[in-house]
Amino acid sequence: MTTVHDPVLGETGLPGELLPQRYGGPRAFGWWGMVWLIGTEATLFALLIASYFYLRFRNGPTWPPDGIATPGLVLPLIMTAILWSSSIPVHMAHVGIRAGDVGRLKAGLAAGFVLGAVFLVMTVAVEWPEKLDEFGPTTNAYGSLFFTITGFHGAHVLAGLLFSLWTQARAWQGAFDESRHLTVENFTMYWHFVDVVWAFVLATIYLSPSL
Amino acid sequence: MTTTAGPEVTATVSTVERLEAMWEEPPGLGSWLGTVDHKRIGLRYFYTGMAFFVAGGVESLLIRTQLAGPDLDVLGPEGFNQLFSMHGITMMFLFAMPVLSGFGNYFVPLMIGARDMAFPRLNAFGYWVLLAAGIFLYSSFLVGRAPNDGWFNYVPLSGEAFTPGINIDYYAVGLIFLGISSTGGAINFIVTILKLRAPGMIVSRIPIFVWGELAMALQIVFALPALTLVSVLLILDRKFDFHFFDADAGGDPLLWQHLFWVFGHPEVYIVALPGFGIASAIIPTWVRRPIVGYTYIVIGELSVALIGFGVWVHHMFTVGLPNITLGFISLASFVVAIPSSIQVFAWLATLVAGRPVLRTPLLFVLGFIFIFVIGGVTGVMFAAIPFDQAVHDSYFVVAHLHYVLVGSAVFPIFAAIYHWGPKMTGRLLDERWGKVSFWLMFVGFNLAFFPQHLLGLFGMPRRIYTYDKGLGWDAYNLASTLGAFMLAVGILVTIVNWYRSRTRGAPAGNDPWRGETLEWYASSPPAHYNFVTIPTVRAREPMWDQPELVDGAQSPEDGGRPLTDGHVTLSTSMLDARPQAIVHMPHASVWPFLLSAALLVLAFAVLLDNWALAVATVVASVGALMGWYWPRGRTQET
Repeated sequence: MTTVHDPVLGETGLPGELLPQRYGGPRAFGWWGMVWLIGTEATLFALLIASYFYLRFRNGPTWPPDGIATPGLVLPLIMTAILWSSSIPVHMAHVGIRAGDVGRLKAGLAAGFVLGAVFLVMTVAVEWPEKLDEFGPTTNAYGSLFFTITGFHGAHVLAGLLFSLWTQARAWQGAFDESRHLTVENFTMYWHFVDVVWAFVLATIYLSPSL
Repeated sequence: MTTTAGPEVTATVSTVERLEAMWEEPPGLGSWLGTVDHKRIGLRYFYTGMAFFVAGGVESLLIRTQLAGPDLDVLGPEGFNQLFSMHGITMMFLFAMPVLSGFGNYFVPLMIGARDMAFPRLNAFGYWVLLAAGIFLYSSFLVGRAPNDGWFNYVPLSGEAFTPGINIDYYAVGLIFLGISSTGGAINFIVTILKLRAPGMIVSRIPIFVWGELAMALQIVFALPALTLVSVLLILDRKFDFHFFDADAGGDPLLWQHLFWVFGHPEVYIVALPGFGIASAIIPTWVRRPIVGYTYIVIGELSVALIGFGVWVHHMFTVGLPNITLGFISLASFVVAIPSSIQVFAWLATLVAGRPVLRTPLLFVLGFIFIFVIGGVTGVMFAAIPFDQAVHDSYFVVAHLHYVLVGSAVFPIFAAIYHWGPKMTGRLLDERWGKVSFWLMFVGFNLAFFPQHLLGLFGMPRRIYTYDKGLGWDAYNLASTLGAFMLAVGILVTIVNWYRSRTRGAPAGNDPWRGETLEWYASSPPAHYNFVTIPTVRAREPMWDQPELVDGAQSPEDGGRPLTDGHVTLSTSMLDARPQAIVHMPHASVWPFLLSAALLVLAFAVLLDNWALAVATVVASVGALMGWYWPRGRTQET
């Protein structure tokens, strides 16, 4: 994902040496900051998921325990489709601004925002109430795990949506062009990360109990 | 290129003036709260960490007074529990990590020839959050409710049922808070070291101290999430009746131990690796020769950082895990001794091959090696499972961990105070008082902690607030208490020495010890912009092998880049440090301070179950973040 930005050159003080003052991708500090933030966040999710399996295997053969039904797959798979499809317009937005197309940037970010928001609303307003009829986070360790892991992921989607709003506001201000759009790059990276994490949440929470 | 002498001098003067204008932070409250200068921030980390060192030291003296003889009642059991818990938390999180980060903040940019850290505002934020977290944790004493279940805080003891009050909530919220500070700082170190090295500082020329900070930062990035997560889970269990650690409802108390030590063991190395780096930075200067086995030391540091993630279960050899698990962890615990010993042998070889100058910095390094090797040997003893099970939870463990941690953190920090203090204050510390301080600390430390090995073998358990007469423990405990006070006097001597030398010490000059790395290229204390020219590096010991590196002003003919065109520094490629870009650095900003203030209120809101206030502060924090990133003037990275 190296982005070649138009160089605006500056003098270093060495005779004849000119270096770029605008850059993106792995040349930018901010890009690396996001990479390591994602690294530490990914570790957090890995530990959460490890905790899930630790408690599952300490619980004996019946999982979910206490007569809780194995989670159904229809709703989560629909939600998965919605969330993952949000990465497409976000990617298009990134490709668009790399070509200097602010219109595609705005449209892509907006579409990604809507899909992400629908996912989050479905988690909080459809999926959780349905589960809460059956069990809650205080019912047993399974309930605690279910709501904590989906809640952590939902919180990351929420953070991504706020980040998207900021990026969109800056896009409407005209802050980005083909040579300056590090915020867009970082937002894109973060958003794809949240989508990738969902693959692990889905596999852990929804698919693994059926195995 | 031909230039006459006259215009060149004028050019240099105007270069300095332009740099001053660009980098100086005007005096005043706004600048005081908003500073992004890595040197000011580094000094703040240092002073704050040392203040907490004194607090943690006073706690330990109270503990040792209570234990000086049998059946004493100086503190009572509850006070004792709070003090030994806060002593551990303070020394790990509020002293060792901040002071080692402080030296990193101050010296990493100088040693790699940069004008600041990669993220100056994140740097400021990390400091303010640390300070806020320290205030938060210590406010628990005001209500008599300090954390009281030890620094590793095992459930179920620390669960709602057995420790109801807010003591443990202070612990859990405080540690999440500190995690924000150290994670932000760690990411900053990594990006700085990867992207901001002076041209020519290829990977094989990075100073070992910088490698040590890099290894520490990598460990923080991947270890801290475990602490953050386990603290969140504990808050959920305690405040919202979740069941992660509740065996009756499908949870498991051992989950706490696993997650805590996944963080907790790397934490030992997080504290130790920069200390190793300090030793490797100081030895060459004081034996007048390059370090022996540079490559092996670097590989050793990185291997310790890696293997450190695979040994957490050796804190859990008595909880009833399967033998096969114990076997693997035992093996890893033996293996981790190898890269650590490689470094020790490299230091010894350097000492033997050079001409040691036995002044205070080197004395402290020798003290470190002596103490750390003893701690390392008892560490290898613990890797043997039967021995570990026999002395588990006894004073033998207390002795071991103090030999390791005081050895690898406190003694290197004091070595660094005497070695680098002149760079930070511009004045030399008094050498005679330095030696007095060293001997008091060295003898006091061994008197305090060596007898604890024996107490452990005699069966004295750790964390008891008193003990009966006639167990044969009295004399050893008394010796230990006397040693602790002697150690404290030694520390006090250095604190007074520092304070007096700051104004009355002999002027240090740029390079009082004729050191080998680039921090000695700058003036003492360094200018706001660190160097007049960012140097081109052509050797691993640039100050020894490049005679043109004087007064922070390598001439452009030799590759020095003034970069006077804005508030900028130079970014280079990751491995071979080729110049890549001119980076515009952010100016001072009060938003990091305001954000950390909002987070402090958030911490109290969570502590006191005031959820409306908590939501309000989260909103305020998002607002502060927007203020932080609000575009004003010329922003480079958008």
